[in-house]
Amino acid sequence: MKPEEIIQRRVARELKPNSLVNLGIGLPTGVAKFIDEHANVLFESENGIVGLAAKPPEGMDDPDLTDAGGGTVSAVPGAATIDSAYSFGLIRGGHLDATVLGALEVDENGLLANWVVPGKMVPGMGGAMDLVTGARRVIVAMNHTAKGAPKIVPKCTLPLTSIRRISLIVTDLAVIEPTDDGLVLRERAPGVTIEQIVAATSAKLIIPDDVPEMDLGVAA
Amino acid sequence: MKPHLKPEEAVKLIPDGARLMIGGFMGVGSPHRLLEALAQSGKRNLTVIANDTARPGVDIGKLIRAGAVSKLVASHIGLNPETQKAMIAGQIEVELVPQGTLVERIRAGGYGLGGVLTKTGLGTIAAEGQQVVEIDGEKWLLAKPLKADFALIAADQADYSGNLQYQLTATNFNPIMALAAETVICEPREILPVGMISPDVVKTPGVVVDYLIERAA
Repeated sequence: MKPEEIIQRRVARELKPNSLVNLGIGLPTGVAKFIDEHANVLFESENGIVGLAAKPPEGMDDPDLTDAGGGTVSAVPGAATIDSAYSFGLIRGGHLDATVLGALEVDENGLLANWVVPGKMVPGMGGAMDLVTGARRVIVAMNHTAKGAPKIVPKCTLPLTSIRRISLIVTDLAVIEPTDDGLVLRERAPGVTIEQIVAATSAKLIIPDDVPEMDLGVAA
Repeated sequence: MKPHLKPEEAVKLIPDGARLMIGGFMGVGSPHRLLEALAQSGKRNLTVIANDTARPGVDIGKLIRAGAVSKLVASHIGLNPETQKAMIAGQIEVELVPQGTLVERIRAGGYGLGGVLTKTGLGTIAAEGQQVVEIDGEKWLLAKPLKADFALIAADQADYSGNLQYQLTATNFNPIMALAAETVICEPREILPVGMISPDVVKTPGVVVDYLIERAA
């Protein structure tokens, strides 16, 4: 199984039936593929749609029905469209059950940096700061390392997205939960050892006696 | 009947140095023909308040490429490298604002509010230079209202009196901006006789719209 599929399948199992979820552009978008269609997980996008669905076949798309990356999408029966003020009311007001997004760094305090590399990459925060501040659960979905360098670090060196602690980190190697005491290693990816995870992490990890393999719902 | 103009006529209303709010999200729900005419008009020193600058050479990206913009207030410029380049070169002053805060600042401007209190950005570099307000022991960031000289917006349908309705995700910032500018110019996809849009689906009443852009010839 490809690393990103491990992440997407594991994140999918975090999303509860009948919940409202925002998936970030890129790797998080792919989480939707692994949601049971009967679970009635409703996806929203901050550009103003509750109930977005996968891109329709070529030639069947509508330029006025898009996701937050500007790409065309379709919608589920029962979808609703809203303006930007209402959209961020949903996000900041505690009505969004979960947001899944990528990270540049996450640190021992569970703080996230994912929007700027000063002097190099200044895309702007878009909706990320509102999502991380306002969603009930914030799930980071990312590769454990970037070009071999750990992304889970003692303290973020890049500017923070929010001072709010995130809820869960899901990577191609591990599931890690930020807590009051620090980062707790909850699960290992199939075939991955605790030693491999520790070696790929520069932050201190709290390691319980039992660290089971991730349940991906299928054989890896 | 609402005054109606061709895009080329409408941009003549806009002087150099004007402060514009422009609807749209990555170009979706932007007034495409109006932006094309504005980019060709040779205007300079415009301030643009918008969610983003679309892609290079597309919609607001046309204004960036034409060198018409000297100041930008936006939440995201990541998909337009030309904007980033102009920012780094010091040609455009860019103020990056979290998207939910940006729309609330525009709403506050239009709704006559002195600002909005939000947790978004608190304790981050996005809060630099801004006032932190403590209420009942809880800290909030004060986001100040934004107003503009012109709002350039797009709608799906307008009627002759300027009532507007929007379609799908092309709604985005448009109805919010319609209240926050001195002069509102709307480019609808379709213009219909009064009465053909049900009052319940009108999202922006024509009373706040100043000009409609005529359909393409």
